[in-house]
Amino acid sequence: MEQFTASIIAKYNYWIYVTLMMIGFYAMIGKRNLVKKLIGMNIFQTAIILMFVSSGVKIGAKIPILDKHKALEHGIGVAGVVNPLPHVLMLTAIVVSVSVTGVALAILLRIYRKYGTLDEDEILEKLGK
Amino acid sequence: MSYQTSIWPLAAVLISLVGSIPIMLSGRRPNVRESWTILIALGKVIIVASLLPAVLAGGGFEFTIAEVIPGVPIALRVDAMGMFFALVASLLWLLTSIYSIGYMRALNEHAQTRFYASFAVAISATLGVAFAANLLTLYLFYEILSLSTYPLVTHEQNAEARKSGRKYLTYILGTSIALALPGMLIVYSIAGTLDFKVGGILTGTGVAPQTLALILILFLFGFAKAGLMPFHGWLPAAMVAPTPVSSFLHGVAVVKVGVFSILRIIFHILGPEQLVLADIGWIITTLASITIIVASLIALTQDNLKRRLAYSTIGQLAYMVLGAGMLTAAGMTGGLLHIAMHAFGKITLFFCAGAIAVAAGKKYISQMDGLGRRMPLTYLAFMFGSISIIGMPPLGGFISKWNLVLGAVNGDQLILLLVLLVSSLLNAAYFLPIVYRGFFAEAADPVYDQGIKEAPTFCLIPLCVTACASLALFFYPDVFLRLAQLALAL
Amino acid sequence: MTVPNLHIYVLAAPLLTAFFVNLFGRRSNTVIAILTIGSLTFSSLASLVVMSGILKHGQINYVVGNWQAPYGIELVVDHLSALMLVLISVVALLASMSALKSVSQEVPGREHQLFTLYLILIAGLMGLVLTGDTFNLYVMLEITSITAYGLIAMGKGRAPLASFNYVIMGSVGACFYLLGVGYLYLMTGSLNMADIYQILQTMDGGAAVATAFAFILIGLWIKMAFFPLHGWLPNAYSLAPTGVALIAAPLMTKVTIYLMVRVMFSVFSAEYNFVQHQLAQNIIVWTAAVGIICASAMALAQRDLKRMLSYIIVAEVGYMVGGIWLANETGMTGAILHIVNDALMTLCLFLAVAAIIYRLGSCEFDQLQGIYRKMPITMAAFTVGAFSMIGIPPTAGFFSKWYLLLGGIEAGQWGYVVALLFSSLVNAILFFRIIEIGFFHRDGEPHSHEEAAKAPLSMQIPLMVSAATLIIIGLSSGSLVDAIIKLTIPIGF
Repeated sequence: MEQFTASIIAKYNYWIYVTLMMIGFYAMIGKRNLVKKLIGMNIFQTAIILMFVSSGVKIGAKIPILDKHKALEHGIGVAGVVNPLPHVLMLTAIVVSVSVTGVALAILLRIYRKYGTLDEDEILEKLGK
Repeated sequence: MSYQTSIWPLAAVLISLVGSIPIMLSGRRPNVRESWTILIALGKVIIVASLLPAVLAGGGFEFTIAEVIPGVPIALRVDAMGMFFALVASLLWLLTSIYSIGYMRALNEHAQTRFYASFAVAISATLGVAFAANLLTLYLFYEILSLSTYPLVTHEQNAEARKSGRKYLTYILGTSIALALPGMLIVYSIAGTLDFKVGGILTGTGVAPQTLALILILFLFGFAKAGLMPFHGWLPAAMVAPTPVSSFLHGVAVVKVGVFSILRIIFHILGPEQLVLADIGWIITTLASITIIVASLIALTQDNLKRRLAYSTIGQLAYMVLGAGMLTAAGMTGGLLHIAMHAFGKITLFFCAGAIAVAAGKKYISQMDGLGRRMPLTYLAFMFGSISIIGMPPLGGFISKWNLVLGAVNGDQLILLLVLLVSSLLNAAYFLPIVYRGFFAEAADPVYDQGIKEAPTFCLIPLCVTACASLALFFYPDVFLRLAQLALAL
Repeated sequence: MTVPNLHIYVLAAPLLTAFFVNLFGRRSNTVIAILTIGSLTFSSLASLVVMSGILKHGQINYVVGNWQAPYGIELVVDHLSALMLVLISVVALLASMSALKSVSQEVPGREHQLFTLYLILIAGLMGLVLTGDTFNLYVMLEITSITAYGLIAMGKGRAPLASFNYVIMGSVGACFYLLGVGYLYLMTGSLNMADIYQILQTMDGGAAVATAFAFILIGLWIKMAFFPLHGWLPNAYSLAPTGVALIAAPLMTKVTIYLMVRVMFSVFSAEYNFVQHQLAQNIIVWTAAVGIICASAMALAQRDLKRMLSYIIVAEVGYMVGGIWLANETGMTGAILHIVNDALMTLCLFLAVAAIIYRLGSCEFDQLQGIYRKMPITMAAFTVGAFSMIGIPPTAGFFSKWYLLLGGIEAGQWGYVVALLFSSLVNAILFFRIIEIGFFHRDGEPHSHEEAAKAPLSMQIPLMVSAATLIIIGLSSGSLVDAIIKLTIPIGF
C-alpha cells in the first residue's frame, strides 16, 4: 500500500492529468447539454496540455532564458533549465484547441438558433416531431 | 505447342464491342442498325474462321492486353478448346442476329437499340471467355457477360422481368463472387499462376485431395451459368426474356460459357490426372447425374414451351459436366463435343419456340395441337432439334452421346450408363409428344388457327440452317472432333 | 524539368489561393472558379512532376526554415507520399470542378467562404502526407478537421448537429493522437519520425511505447471512422453540402489510413513487436471483418444514395485497416492500392450523386426512377463506379480486392476473407437495386416536384474522367504495383 501511495505521489502530475482527462471524457459522453460536452472537450484537451507541460519540468531548474555569451563560454547546464520544447508545442496545441472551440461555439450558435435549445434530448424530440 | 503473337484474337473479341457503337448511333434507322449487326456478326465469323487452320495444325495465337497481377496478365490465347467454343459461338451468333431481326420486328419490340447493343457486348464477352489465356481473363469476361445479359433478361421492364433479372444476377453474380473468386485465389496462392495448361497447373503441386475437392466444388457451383443443381434456378426465371435472348442464353452464350469454364477448370487447371489420382471425379459425376435426372423430370411437367426447353437445357448442360467428370478420354471428348452438338440442337428448338410465338402467339404446349400442319418447316426443324438432343442418329447429338456412353463403359461406371439411358428416354418423352401433337392432333382452336402461317423469313432461315447444321454435324463432325482431341491432348 | 522543392508549391498553391478566394471571391463566382481550378491544376501537374522525380531519384527530404532535423520540421516525400500527393491533388481538382456548380446551387451567396475552407482543407491534406514530423502531423490533422467541421456545418437541416458530433469525436481522436505523441516524446525525446524510428530501434520501449502506439492508433481510428468508432461519419458526410462530401468522402478517410501506415512503419517499424503481435493482429483484423459486415448491413438499410455511400465508406475503411494488419506484403499491397482505388471510385460515385442532386434536388431512391433515361452519361459513369465497388474486373476495385483477399488467404485470416466477399455481395445488391430502380422502372407520371436544372458539363466531365480512370487504373494496376506500390512496402514484410 505504501509503495502504491509512493508511486502515486512520485508521478502525481500524471495522475492529475489522467483524472482531469476522465472528467472531461465523462462530460463529453455523459452530459446531455451540448455546451457541457464542449466544456468537457476543453477539459480533455487541457489535461493533455498539462501532461506535456509537466513533462518538461525539472526540479530546481529555471526558465530557459539564457545569456548568449555565458552559454557560449560555459555551455548549457542542461539540468539547470526547464525543457522548453513541450511548452512551445503546447502553445500550438492551445491555438488548435481554441480554434476548435471557436468553430464548435459557432456551430452551437447555429444549433441554438434553429432549435431554440442546446439540450440534446430536446433537440432529438424536436427532430422526432 | 507454340503460340504466335497476333492481334487477331483481340480483334475477334472486340469487333462486336466496337460494333456496338455504330449500332447505338444508328438507333433511329433500324435498317442501318441491323445491317451493322449482321455485318459485325459476319466479320466475327470470318476472323474466327481465319484463325482455325493454324489451330488445327497444332499452333495458336496469343495476345497480352495488360499485365495486371504478377504472373497473371489479361491475355488472350487461341488454343484448340477456345477455338472450339469460339467457332460455335460466332456461328450461332450470326444466325441469332438474323433471327432476332425478324423476331423483334415482327413483335415490334421496344428499346431495340439497347437490345442489340447489350447483345453485341455479350457476344464479345463470350468470345473473350473462349479465348481467355488464363483464369483471371476468363473470370473477367464471365462477369462482363453476366452484366451485359442483365438488360436482356429484364428487357420487358415489367415486374416479372425485374424479378427475374434480380434472380438472374443473384445466382450468377452471387456465386461468381462468393465461390469462383475465392476458388481462383486459392488456386493462385497454391500454383502462383492461373495460366491454362494442358494437363492442369495444379498437377505436381502436391495439393491435398481435400483442398482439391474444395476447389472443385467452389468452381462447379461458382460458375452457376452451367446450371448445376441447386444453382439452376435462374435459368427458368430468365425465360421472360425475348426469344432471341433465350436462344442466345441457352443455346450459345451464357450457359455454355458456364460449362466451358467448368471444363477449362477440370482440363486445364485441376488436371484430369490429378483428379483421378485424388479420386474425386465422383463429386462431379454425382452432381451432374442428379441434375440430369431431376431436370428431365421437371421438364416433363412443364407446359410452357420455353420453360420446358429451359429445364431440358439444365439437364443437357449436366451431360457435358458429366462427361468431363468421367475423366476418361472418350467421356471428356463427349462432354466437350456435346457443347457444340447441343448448341446447334437447342438453338434450333428455341428459334422454333420463338417462331411459334411470333406466328401464332402461343406459349403453351397444350395450345399447340395441330400447329405443325400450319407451320411445317418450323415443326420439321423442331423435330430435328429434338432428335439431336435425344441423341439419336442421324443427328449430331448422337456423336457426343455415343462418346459419353463409351466413356462410361471405358471407365467401368455402369451407373452413369444407366443415367444416360434413362435421361435419353426422358428426353424423348418430353420432346416427341410436342412434335406428335403438332402434326397429328386436332387443332386446339380451329377458327383462330386458320390464319396462322409460317414465321417471317428472317426467323425461318436461321432455324432451318441450324437444323440442317445439326444434321450435317452427324456426318462431318471432324473439325469439332479434332479440336476436342487437340484440347485434351489425346 | 527541375524546380527545386516543387512539392512545397504543390501545398502552397491551394493554401495561398484560399486567401485570395476569400478576398476576391465575394463578388463573382467566376473568380472563385478560376482561382480554385487554376491552383489545383497547378498542384496536380506539379505533383505529377514530383512523382516522376521521386521515381527517378528517390526520396526527397526538405527542411522547413532551414532548421535541421531532428529539431526542425522536416517534410519527407517518398514514393508513398508522392503517390498520395498525386491522388489528393487530382481528386481535389476533379471534385472541385463539380463542387463549384453544386455549391452555388446549395449554399448560394457563401461560395467564397466555402471555397476558402475547401482549399485550406486540401492544403491540410497535402500537409498530412508531406510531413515527417509527428507533432506537425497533429497540427495538420487539426487543420483538416477544423476546416471539415466548418464545411460540414454549412449543410442544410441537421448538418450543424452532425458537425458538432464530429467536432467532439474528432477532437477526442486528435487528443488521443497527441497523447500518444506525448508518450513517444517522453520516451525518445524526439518528434521527428525518422529520428524516433532510429531511437526506437535501439531501445526497448516496453509498456510506455506500446501505450503510445495504442493511443496513436486509436486516435487515428476515430479520425478514419474505423468500426466501431465510425458513429460520426454517416451523418456528417450525408448531411454536408454535396460539394463538401465530394472532397471529404474520397480523401479524408483515405489520408488517415495513409497516416496509420506512416505511423506504423515510419515511426514504429514493421518489426516492432506490437505490429508483429499475433493477438493484436487477430483482434484488429477481426474487428475490421466485423466492421465490414456491420457497415455493409447498415448500408442495406438506407433509402438514400448519399447515406448508403457513407456506410460503404465505413466498410471500405475496414478493408484497408484489415489489409494493413494482415501483416504480409500482399495484404499491404492491396491496402495501399485500395487507398488509391477507393478514393477514385468514391469520387466517381459522389460525382454522380452530385450531378443527380443538382438535377433532382435529392437522391432518395424513390426519386431515382427512370434516371437512366434522364441522365444517361451520369448513370453510365455511376455504373462503372458501382462495378468497381462491387469488384468486377477490369475496373480498379477488383484488383485491390484481389490482393486483399489473397493476403487474407496467405495470413489465414478467413474471417476477413469472408467479410470481404460478403461485402462484395452486399455491394452488388446495393448497386443493382439502384440500377434496377434507375434503369427499369418505367417513367410513370412526371415527378411532382420541380427539377432543379440539367447537370452542366462541368459536372459531367470530371465524372467521365473519373470513370475512365477507374478502368485505366484497373488495367494498369500491374505496372502501378510494380513501379510505385512495391517500393512503398516497408522493409520487414
